[in-house]
Order: sequence, then structure tokens, then C-alpha cells
Amino acid sequence: MKRELKITVNGDLYDLYVEPGTLLVEVLRDKLGLTGTKRGCDSMSCGACTVILDGKAVKSCTILALQANGKEVTTVEGLANGSKLHPIQQSFIDHWAFQCGFCTSGQIMAAKALLDENPNPTRKEIKYAMNGHLCRCTGYNMIIEAILDAANRIQEEAK
Amino acid sequence: MKHYHVIGEDAPNIDGFAKVTGQAIYTFDMTLPGMLHGKILRSPHSHARIISIDTSKAESLPGVKAVITAMETGERRQGAWRRYPELCDEPVLCLEKVRYIGDPVAAVAAIDEDIALEALDLIEVEYEPLPAVFDPMEAIKEGAPQLHDDVENNINLTRHIEWGDVDKGFEEADFIREDEFILPAQSHVPLETHGSLASFDGGNNRLTLWTSTQTPYYVQCLLATAMNLRENGVKVIKPHCGSGFGGKNELFADQFCAGYLARKTGRPVKIVYSREEEFTCARRRTPIHYYLKIGAKRDGTFVAKEARAFSDGGAYTSMGATLLYLTGWFSAFPYRYPNYRYDGYKVFTNKSPSSSMRGYGGIQANFCGESQIEMLAADMGIDPVEIRKKNAMYPNYEVPGQATIASCGLPEGLEKIGEYIKERGNLPKDHGIGLACYGFNSGGIFNWFNTPYAFSGAEVRINIDGMVDVYSLAADVGQGADTTMCMIAAEELGVHLSDIRMHSGDTSICPSDLGAWASRETLMMGNAVKMAAADAKRQLFEIAASKMGANIVYDLEAGDRRIYLRDRPERGLSYYDVVRDAIRAKEGSLIVGRGHYTPHGKGMISPAFSFGVQAVEVEVDRETGYVKILNVFTAHDSGQVINPVAIRGQVEGSIMMSAGYGYSEEMLYDGGKVLNPNLVDYSLIGYRDMPSAVTVDCPTYEPEGPFGAKEVGEGITCPTAGALANAIYHAVGVRITDPPLTPEKILMALKEKSA
Repeated sequence: MKRELKITVNGDLYDLYVEPGTLLVEVLRDKLGLTGTKRGCDSMSCGACTVILDGKAVKSCTILALQANGKEVTTVEGLANGSKLHPIQQSFIDHWAFQCGFCTSGQIMAAKALLDENPNPTRKEIKYAMNGHLCRCTGYNMIIEAILDAANRIQEEAK
Repeated sequence: MKHYHVIGEDAPNIDGFAKVTGQAIYTFDMTLPGMLHGKILRSPHSHARIISIDTSKAESLPGVKAVITAMETGERRQGAWRRYPELCDEPVLCLEKVRYIGDPVAAVAAIDEDIALEALDLIEVEYEPLPAVFDPMEAIKEGAPQLHDDVENNINLTRHIEWGDVDKGFEEADFIREDEFILPAQSHVPLETHGSLASFDGGNNRLTLWTSTQTPYYVQCLLATAMNLRENGVKVIKPHCGSGFGGKNELFADQFCAGYLARKTGRPVKIVYSREEEFTCARRRTPIHYYLKIGAKRDGTFVAKEARAFSDGGAYTSMGATLLYLTGWFSAFPYRYPNYRYDGYKVFTNKSPSSSMRGYGGIQANFCGESQIEMLAADMGIDPVEIRKKNAMYPNYEVPGQATIASCGLPEGLEKIGEYIKERGNLPKDHGIGLACYGFNSGGIFNWFNTPYAFSGAEVRINIDGMVDVYSLAADVGQGADTTMCMIAAEELGVHLSDIRMHSGDTSICPSDLGAWASRETLMMGNAVKMAAADAKRQLFEIAASKMGANIVYDLEAGDRRIYLRDRPERGLSYYDVVRDAIRAKEGSLIVGRGHYTPHGKGMISPAFSFGVQAVEVEVDRETGYVKILNVFTAHDSGQVINPVAIRGQVEGSIMMSAGYGYSEEMLYDGGKVLNPNLVDYSLIGYRDMPSAVTVDCPTYEPEGPFGAKEVGEGITCPTAGALANAIYHAVGVRITDPPLTPEKILMALKEKSA
């Protein structure tokens, strides 16, 4: 039987009814049309479905939608301000930190959660925090450089 | 050196904004009103006869709209080998037999995915299991189970390559080595699995298919044949594609099942492979049993080489047939062998077809060849860099009777690698540096698809405001082909990147292109786009020359949105003004330029060859066998660089994929069953294991390439695995010939060595 789900996504409150077995990623993609969040594996291994749930990066393929009841979710669609990109997004473009782009939303959301928690990470800290987010195209180093650069840009903007 | 305005400088990906904001739409993201969900029933047996199929229960399940079997698709077999129909041996849906676990047997369309899955369970298939065979060396024996009635000893294909006098060469050799290698199956692992959305227009008998593919034109033609539609009754659209790596070069079950089901139901049908299907039912890198013999003179000069390869081809020919040639060709790369002989055998086995994958045939040849050269150098007491320098290909070298290498930066690359190794100096204990050289084709001069069109075609249209529309079917699957083509068009027309608008991936509006394989787009589509832009530019020059009234001894040039006299650049006109005048002069028609490219006069293999050399440094933990890849230094030649940042992306991504091949990635089997069809048990290189990478260019000018450019996307996949094996050898003295070089294998080898 369907249950009520009140969830704030990218600042908007949604009042939905979902089956208890519905995954958060299914609500985001299928009910809200937020297809920026991807699914790559169904085994919690790739990180393409990463979103931010109450400040923490989570894999939305392994969270029941109802576990997010009453909580706030940010997806990749919630980062830019109109056509002004978030510094992490701009930095990903400038560093060619994606190729096919299918894992990119998850990488960017994981990076956002990392920089929110640790605004000035070392290369090694980024490697450990991001490990588990698979990318078959880039070889990761250019993503790491994008995140390092984004950290600088965010700090510059805050000045 | 010529000064360029656009190429040679870092350019952002033209799809960057869409990709970082989640706005980029992949096939995986698409829905249409009234859309049904399709699922495919697959064989649970490695080899079995189909006795009967009963779909009645599935069809009566509420929510199921259609079920298809070979009763609909018929006895038709498909494959990309249109010039060799006997090699098109893959049933659309299996009729009499299944030949691997995962062979498609039936498909269902239902109102949601759960009902579609439930319906699969209700399809009753009676099988008569048959004996199966999984290893090519077993499959070629007398009495082995036979996969295809008309193929004796399961030998699907043989290939022979020979030049010089190999036996005489070995007689003259002072040192000879013979070695055997066993190479694994690697999975492509595109983050977006195979998937398609089909919509059928019954009134006009036309199909539109959105699909995740590297070859929209192949899919168009092959699907038209499979569904008995006219070629342009099928329109294929490639939305953003979540990568391919060679695994999306053919017609797949999602494509024809979605097409058939859409026609049968009159509603759009979407089918997406699960990650497990992607591992078990798509394609894989070809495993090979490799035998190599090399002979050298005392001074290190190679005098002869012989190679034999038995490939585990899987159940059907697929693109694995090309591998059989390519691995033989690349076994003679990138060195000068005066005498060479290769015999390859592609063998059917009861596993998913092995097929094209990035570094196609090259990575296998490279792992074996570079391992053996390192062993030979050790036997002979010659420095690994010196033996390679002595034998490396160089510019204008002719591979006897096969091809002429035009540009070649390998000698310079070896100089740079030598300097790098010297700089590293004495390494700490249990560290080692290993080398591998490579060369690769910039596109293949192969037309087994029998296209009547040019290999690449392009069109350029200039609008009244100067905006340039480029039409190209080069398949951007992440490598950045669309951005590259925009840069080439902008450079040729003398405009800025922001003046270009790309239209790609739609077979109904773009001139034909063979697709993103054999590392062909930069050179082949690059030439077509450059020619189309030059055609449009010539039309602008006619107007500009007339307006400027310049002496005819002057040449015109376009750059930075101006058209000017090359030798008096201060005399010129605004590009925008010339465009407006030119359109007026053409009675209001758009300025249209057309270009096409098919290699001619370049032999039968490839129009150009890329080269490079890589050094990998590792640290091996003798207690655990764990290898830490510390640094990868690459010196490579991809001709004139179009977009440096994109090239770096190709190099580093290739290192990740090749290091995975060498170190951690392997499809594990119990008979014909894949034991690790998921991303938990199949181990990709992650952030923590990815080494730092330094890449230096050894640029050359390739006369056949657009602005002198050649490939970068595939060749660089070849060296890392072999260099890694050589590095481990130099670190701890063990030699492993059956990648991946896992900690278990290293520990075992260390134990054997100390025993």
C-alpha cells in the first residue's frame, strides 16, 4: 500500500504517495523527472546515483524513498543558479573532468558533499573520499584536479 | 610551424554545460507518451536445442502487450559482415539452438518493468541441453561439441600474415625466445548499459530508434534488414551516450527487440540492459592463447618473429573476426621485423561473443610482445630502452609489402623515455620501472560492411548571422568527437568555436559515417569536416576576392572572423559581411559546403599510425603481492594536437583501462557462466589505485590527417598492461604471462622463485 512521502528536493517541497519498496532514485528520476541522477549498477558500486541527503552524500539506489521522508535532497539539477554554474560544475568543465558524462552528476554531488565538509582537502583526502565513484572514461586525475580547483574557487568567492 | 587560431589550444567540451547540470539526455533517461517497457528472455544454458516455446501464459498476464520469439523474427541471422554473408551468423532471436548463457530467446513488452519481468518467468521454453565447450584449445579438438553445424572443429576463421623468410631469419639469429601467454576476457563496462527506445510509425512503415551506440549507421542498416524495412525506413538517433569502448559497435538485442515490439504493439518500447546483462549478454575483450617466437642478432637487431593466436571467440563471429587480423598486424608493431609470420585462429566457444574493444587486438599483442622483448633483453644483457631504440619504426618506414608508416614520433618518444628513466635514477628496493612501446591504426581501411557511401561524410551550412551548422555522424561517446569536429570546422573557416553549432547522431540528417571504432573519427571525419568547411570557405572567398579587388597573385586566408590577404593581413573584410554578401549573391540560399573522406592510395590497413612509449613504475609488497602503481610516464605522437586537454583525457582514461586489464579486471567463468557479473566482484581501477600520470607530446605532422592530426583514443590503451608486467619483473624478478597480474599470482610466483 502506498505511503505518504514529504520530501524537499532542490528547495521544493513535494507531497507524494509511493510504494514502500520505492527507491529514492526512482522517485527522483521517474516521479520528479530529475534524470540528471543516473543508475549504473544496482549494487551500490558505481556512485552514479549519488545525491546529497541532509548534507551527506548518499547513493540514492540503495535508500528507500520513505527513508528520506521529511528530509532535504539536493540533486545535480539543484546546484546551478539559473545559467550560473556552481564552482564545482565550472571547474569540471574547465578541467575536462568528464567524458561521456554518465557518472558526472554523482561525481559532482560527492565532490560537493566533500567540500562542504572539508573545504580544503588534499589530493589524498579527495582520493579516499571519492573512492567508490567509478568513472570508466577519465582515469580520475582530472576530476581530482577539478575538485582541488573548485575548492580554491569557492574560497575565493567567499572572500 | 603554422599558426592556428583554434586547434592546438585547450577547448571546453561543447556539451559541458549539459553534462555538469544533468541536462544531457541519454537513451537511459528517455520516455515517450504511452511507452511500454521491454525485457529479454535469455538462455540459461551454454548450449541447448530449443524443443518448444510456449508464450501463452505470458501473453495472458494483465499488462503484457506483446511477446515475440523467433516465430516473428524468423530464421534471419544478422551481423555486420555484409560483404561476407556467411559470417553474419547471429540469430536475431534463437530458433533452433542457444549457444551461450544469455543468448536471446524471446522478448516481452508490458506496461511496466515489473510486469515485463514477471512475464519472462511465464514463458515456457523446453530445452535439450547439449555438451558445451569453453576453451578454444579444447574446442578445436576432434570430437569437441560443435556450435555451428557448418563449421568443423569450431574454427570460425583463420588468418595468415607473412613477409620475408621467417625460417631463414631464425637461422641467422644469435638469440631466440619462445613464450606462451594466456590473455583474459575484459568487460567494456560502459557506465550507461546498452539501451534503446523504439517508436514505429505504422502509417508510413518507418521506425525511429534512440539508442546508446557507437555506430548509428550500422544500426540503421542492420535493423532495417532485420525488420525487413527499407534502409531509410529506419532513423537512428544517438542521444548523449554513456560510453562504449568498442562494446556498442553492432546490432544488439535491445535494438531489434524494441523495434519489433514497437511495430507489434503500435506503442513506443524501451529496453535497457541490466548491469548483469551488460556483463553476460553484451560483448567482451577477446581472450587469446598466444604463442610467440622472436629471434635477434647479438647486437639486439630483430631478425624474425613468429606469432600464433587462438582466440576464444564466443558463440558467433561478431566483430571478433577483425581482431584476428588486427592482433596479428599489431604483433609486428611498432618494430622493424624483416621476417614475420602470423597464424590466427578464431574459435567458437559457448560464451558470449568476444568482439571489438578499445585497443582492439593491440593490447593483447602488446602485452605478449613487450613482455617477450623485455625477457629477450634480459637474456642478452641489453638495456630495455636500447633494444627498443635499435628496432623501433621510424618515419617513412615500409612494413614489407603491407603499409608505409608516414609520420612516426617513436624515436623521439624513446629518447624522452630514456631521459625520464635516467632522471628517476636508482630506485628503492622492490620498485621497478617497466616499458612498452606501441603503435596503432588511425582508422581502418576495412569495408566488410560494404558501405556504398564515403567512410565519412560531412556538411557545413552557413547562416545569415554567420552561425555555422555542422552535420556529422561521428559518434561522440564521450571521447569528444563533436568538440573536435567543431574545432576543425572553426579553424578551417576562420571563425570562433562559439560560431559553430553541431548536429550529430541522427542518421536522417547527417551524411553517413561508419562510427566510432578503430580510432577513426579524428582523421576520417576530421578530413570530411575540413573538406566541407573548405568548400563553404571557397564560396566566401569568391565574394571576398571580388569585393577586395586584390591582385590575383595574393592568396586569401580566413582567421579570427576575418578574410584577408595572407601576405598583407591588414587588408581584409569581416567574415560576417562576406557571409551576408555571399548569401545575397546566391539569391538567398544558405552557403552549403560538402565534404567526404575515404582513404585512397594508403594501402589496405590504415591511412596513418600513431605511436608512443610508456614507462610504468611500481612498488611490490612481497608479503601481500600487492602492487602499487606509482607513476605512469607517457611520450606519445598523435600528430598535430587538436585539443590538448581532450588528448590528456584519452591518455589517462586509457591508462585506467589498460592498468585494469593488467592488474585487476577479468571476467571469471565456471564453464559458460560468468561468476562476477557485477561491479562488486569485477574490479575496476578506482580513485585510490589510479597512479599519477605525466604525458609529453612528440608531435609530428601526419600528411593524411586533418591539419596533420591522427588518432589518440585507442593506441594508448595498448602499453600500460605490458609495461606493468615488466615493471613487476624489474621490482621483484617474477614474470607472469597470464594477466591480470593479481596479488595471488604474484605471491605464488614469488614463492616458486624462492623455493
